[in-house]
Amino acid sequence: MKRRDFLKACMICGAATTLGVTPKKSWGAGSFEGYPDGMGVLVDLTRCVGCRSCEAACNKEQKLPTPDRPFDDPSVFHEKRRPTERAYTVVNKYEPKDGGSPVYRKIQCNHCNEPACLTSCFVNAYTKTKEGAVVYNSKVCVGCRNCMIACPFNVPGYSYSSAFNPVVKKCIFCYETRLKNGKPPACVEICPQEVLTFGHRRELIKIGHERIRETPDKYVDHIYGEKEVGGTGWLYLSSVPFDQVGFDATLGNDPIISNVKEFLGTVPMVLSIWPALFTGFHLLSTRNKNHSDHGHDHSEQEDHKP
Amino acid sequence: MYAVRNWLIGGVLIGALASAPSICLGKNLPDSIALDSLAQLYEKVKFNHAKHISMVKDCAECHHHTTGTLVEDANCVRCHKNSNETKIVACKGCHSAQPFSAEALREKENNRRLYHQDKPGLKGAYHQNCIGCHAKSGGPTGCKECHPLKKVGEAFYNTGEYAPRQTPGTEKGHGH
Ligand code: SF4
Ligand code: SF4
Repeated sequence: MKRRDFLKACMICGAATTLGVTPKKSWGAGSFEGYPDGMGVLVDLTRCVGCRSCEAACNKEQKLPTPDRPFDDPSVFHEKRRPTERAYTVVNKYEPKDGGSPVYRKIQCNHCNEPACLTSCFVNAYTKTKEGAVVYNSKVCVGCRNCMIACPFNVPGYSYSSAFNPVVKKCIFCYETRLKNGKPPACVEICPQEVLTFGHRRELIKIGHERIRETPDKYVDHIYGEKEVGGTGWLYLSSVPFDQVGFDATLGNDPIISNVKEFLGTVPMVLSIWPALFTGFHLLSTRNKNHSDHGHDHSEQEDHKP
Repeated sequence: MYAVRNWLIGGVLIGALASAPSICLGKNLPDSIALDSLAQLYEKVKFNHAKHISMVKDCAECHHHTTGTLVEDANCVRCHKNSNETKIVACKGCHSAQPFSAEALREKENNRRLYHQDKPGLKGAYHQNCIGCHAKSGGPTGCKECHPLKKVGEAFYNTGEYAPRQTPGTEKGHGH
């Protein structure tokens, strides 16, 4: 058993225990299409020029700390970065295998229809709003970091700024400042190339397919996120196969919670798993210490999970 | 012999005329256009329209079917094969500066039969068109080549005067 799998198992057991006490989540696995009026963003990778304006806009909108390097510094593209608690979105550069021009890809929370972060959180710190945003309440978070392991896209970052108030941080679709007032997120608004199209998720899927139909030579015939892990609010179009530009093409169409459900069916809920759970936490914190030594945004942490 | 010479002169003349798009002849076209919709962070862009006309020649490259020139894109031809010149030819006449506002989205919802559901906003239209062509023809493609940053812009991008103090790479890892 790989350590990661072991940690996952611990996490699932932990969830099992608590859920056994308070069964409060409904899961219509594989059938939930998201809220009918949920908003989303269609990301067209063929348009991105890697200007990183979206990163700058996110930094200012969310009042994030000063970056290590200027937002117009292309040297960041030398490594593959991940979103962190200090940068909810990052743009990476990929050289396609066929030797064509580089492809840039913005990464942030995908605002899943059935968020694994939400279902894995046993204190209900996460909410999927009717507008489609997956938001997070730091007041109830106990800092267990289940969500970080559960997220299939490896999104939530963890802030150590205070030992007594550790908080998970991630993109919230500019919910508080924009989305709930009917405004597009800051990254969408600043993007010069209109890589990011904001709208109702159901409309974006139509637009995406229409772009593919109109210019079939330009696109891979697939909208990433239409079906993956039960569908995501952020959807992607690309000219090169998705696995070449940092996407995990091995994720199934079932929401991550389905696996947990199967697991729940087979594992009797015993309190004896708690020691295992805490061992898991210990390993986790050690793992993260190592991480900060090597630099959190180092490419060791690839886009998808092993 | 004379016939050949006349034919040559004629050819040269036709060539000279063709170098200016016929549709532009005798029209009152702006030579320069100040693009200032991003003026909060950047200096205005002085777009040299005259120069682009003489370089690109075909108005449809930027103006689609609106100037009455022949459209060639197979998708557009389906409807615009015989489209006449339209009253509105400026980019901002069709491409909205706020394509994702609540009003814009509502309007789209109420206009479901409209073919152009996926029309880029003004900023997207400019950049996709300009950078797309510049990349092919060797024009400027770097952000600052067209958009020098103002002081507010430098602060926004944490660059220039506002660049982070630390040497790159020393402040990695988690927030402090
Ligand atoms: S991408 Fe990860 S953090 Fe975002 S909603 Fe999905 S599971 Fe949660
Ligand atoms: S602002 Fe738009 S073009 Fe620039 S890096 Fe972000 S997604 Fe790409």
